Amino acid sequence: MRAQAKLDSNGRKLVKIFTILDKHERKPARLVPILQAVQEEYRYLPQEVLTYVATALDISPARVFGVATFYSHFAIAPKGKHLVRLCDGTACHVKDSVPILDAIRKRLKLEGKKVTTDDMLFTVETVACLGACGLAPVVVVNDQVYGAMTPAGAVKLIEEIIAREQS
Amino acid sequence: MNHRILNILDPAAGNGCKTQRRVIVCAGTGCVANGAYQVITAFKEQIAAAGISMTTEFKAEESSHDLRLNKSGCQGFCQMGPLVTILPDQILYNKVTVADVDDIVRQTLVGGKVVDRLLYVDPTTRKPCQGIQDIPFYQRQQRFVLKECGVIDPESILEYLHHGGYAAAKKAILQMTQVEIVQEITRSGLRGRGGGGFPTGRKWEAARTQKSAKKYVICNADEGDPGAFMNRSVMEGNPHSVLEGLMIAARAIGADETLIYVRTEYPLAVARMKRAVEKAQQLGFLGDNIFGSGQALHCEVMEGAGAFVCGEETAMIASIEGQRGMPRPKPPFPAQSGLWGKPTIINNVETLAHVVRVINEGADKFKQLGSAASPGTKTFALTGHVANTGLIEVPFGTTLREVVMQIGGGITDRRGKVKANGFKAVQIGGPSGGCLTQEHLDLPLDYDSLRSVGAMVGSGGLVAMNEKTCMVSIARFFMDFTQRESCGKCVLCREGTRQLLAMLDDIIEGHATGETIALMEKLALAVQKGSLCGLGKTAPNPVLSTLRYFRAEYDAHVFHKHCPTGQCKALARPSIDPAKCKGCMACGKKCPVGAISGERKQPHVIDQGKCIVCGVCADTCKLDAVTGV
Repeated sequence: MRAQAKLDSNGRKLVKIFTILDKHERKPARLVPILQAVQEEYRYLPQEVLTYVATALDISPARVFGVATFYSHFAIAPKGKHLVRLCDGTACHVKDSVPILDAIRKRLKLEGKKVTTDDMLFTVETVACLGACGLAPVVVVNDQVYGAMTPAGAVKLIEEIIAREQS
Repeated sequence: MNHRILNILDPAAGNGCKTQRRVIVCAGTGCVANGAYQVITAFKEQIAAAGISMTTEFKAEESSHDLRLNKSGCQGFCQMGPLVTILPDQILYNKVTVADVDDIVRQTLVGGKVVDRLLYVDPTTRKPCQGIQDIPFYQRQQRFVLKECGVIDPESILEYLHHGGYAAAKKAILQMTQVEIVQEITRSGLRGRGGGGFPTGRKWEAARTQKSAKKYVICNADEGDPGAFMNRSVMEGNPHSVLEGLMIAARAIGADETLIYVRTEYPLAVARMKRAVEKAQQLGFLGDNIFGSGQALHCEVMEGAGAFVCGEETAMIASIEGQRGMPRPKPPFPAQSGLWGKPTIINNVETLAHVVRVINEGADKFKQLGSAASPGTKTFALTGHVANTGLIEVPFGTTLREVVMQIGGGITDRRGKVKANGFKAVQIGGPSGGCLTQEHLDLPLDYDSLRSVGAMVGSGGLVAMNEKTCMVSIARFFMDFTQRESCGKCVLCREGTRQLLAMLDDIIEGHATGETIALMEKLALAVQKGSLCGLGKTAPNPVLSTLRYFRAEYDAHVFHKHCPTGQCKALARPSIDPAKCKGCMACGKKCPVGAISGERKQPHVIDQGKCIVCGVCADTCKLDAVTGV
């Protein structure tokens, strides 16, 4: 519903999708890069937009949805303002990345399958490997890489962002 | 075409910036995370303040500047970053912060003296090492693919040219026939560095002999193995070498379109590869008339979208075609019918970088290193519990002991201190690979000897583990990964990996019986047999390999409901070794539930009824007297 409201209230957003589709010559073969560009714009893939992309490319919405759900990079639910990614690659894992994840999730009161906080401020994800294994364990907050992390250090990062948001 | 630029392909022409002083700051992902960009900014300010005339750009002609400052790709010694190299003095400063820049500028650049406190100190000899020539981590390596990474500016095509770049591509395109190129690669014995180790020459020959007006070459840069970052480093540090290899491959099979499929998790590598392609187009190395040969060659960089299975050739092709990245049965092999049904070859980043060397120096020179069946060198990402983590390159046939103990500097304990007898295992080859143990320390690392012990080279991730690592939970870690990454096409892979994971969870949580292990072994073999692609075929390897070498640890979990390392919290039983405990009382004070008791200077004991297995006591004890948590 949020996405619908966004589209209605801001028609300019749709113009962006035209540009993206035209850049890729409306070729179904370009579906993956098209969805990447759409996600760059919206920070996730709203269902309405997926249907729109399917119509524009003259393929079934099921195929677009199939591709969108296959790749882990694509998100079909909105993400929080700050993206916290914890690396759980082998090197980070053997250097105790799991307690860091537990500490972050506990601080943000995220339980079970929930990855985004109710106030839409944080989304916490794990990634398989960021390739910064030399610095394990690694936490990435909005593309800034923090190496040799500890549970306490990660919670401190979160606290700092919350403090910044509140001030 | 710009002939002036091409002239520097000839080493005799233009001596460029050889005598110029250089400051190179490593800007690989690791060093950037530790503040390399701030260090570069500080250098710019301080060098200007010191009145030194400086440039940040490589120029082919004699430069009027006294100094060149540039950032480089990953230099490999990630643990010690940010790294700053001063040439031609051959000084390597490590862990450089903004505050150290002033000293480097005043003492080294102006005064010509070495700042001792910023040098790497060899932990065994306690001697400071001035440059990479003195550091054991580098001394025992033989760097070819990584040679220019960390020296050249990855964003400067001119500097790559100045280091002999694109000479091999030019030779292949203008002077060699397709057959000659393929023969040279076949003769070199080069095998695919992406995992399988398939002979590159054979792959090329299969595509070359196909009759088709359209053929494709794809560079597989979808390095998905957790714990591996070799390809990322090559793309970030020397992107033109990958592109040059790709051009040679295209020429060899007669393709006019190429594509580089890079993992989206590597934004810097994507940016550098794209820039390399643009620069090559500007100079006429790519386009409708490459090197003035009349032949066309185009290249596109595509980003993946976070699916591990897309590292598999047929899945990658599906992904490029805008489909879900699911593999299909082979044959037909991509060399016969690949992208859009046309003959296609897919080569790994590192393989392509090696191709350049084979063409430049010849197959015989290439074969001088490595073993007979696995010639050449291989890059490995050395991580986990070792003193020196980072990116290394060694000839095939180097022993595991040399890699872990000498280049890696030994195994570290949980506090990061080197421990003489701490080695437990090395996991090699990621989720498709297996474990190597104490008995394999003298095993030569190559494709065939690793396969004979149930492991594989894979893409080259080497994760060292100390004695405090539970092998059952390592097996669970990989199974969790493959279970999530299974594309779901083959039932045995989709459901089998899920069941294997559930059984490992039973073992870790203490619900398993003797039957669980037997069932797990049976299912693991079934998944291997009943899966189409490499992901499924190799998914059970971590389980089978840990079962083979660490059966006693599984038995302890299953029959004694006890995790010897204490990592599996449900089965941890912490205890204090009375022989080691000196009764300092530190652990008792830290225990949050008051489960530890004992008199001063007397061995303490843990009350199992109260203990919540939090592990604080083990972290506190300086004598390592607490075990099992």
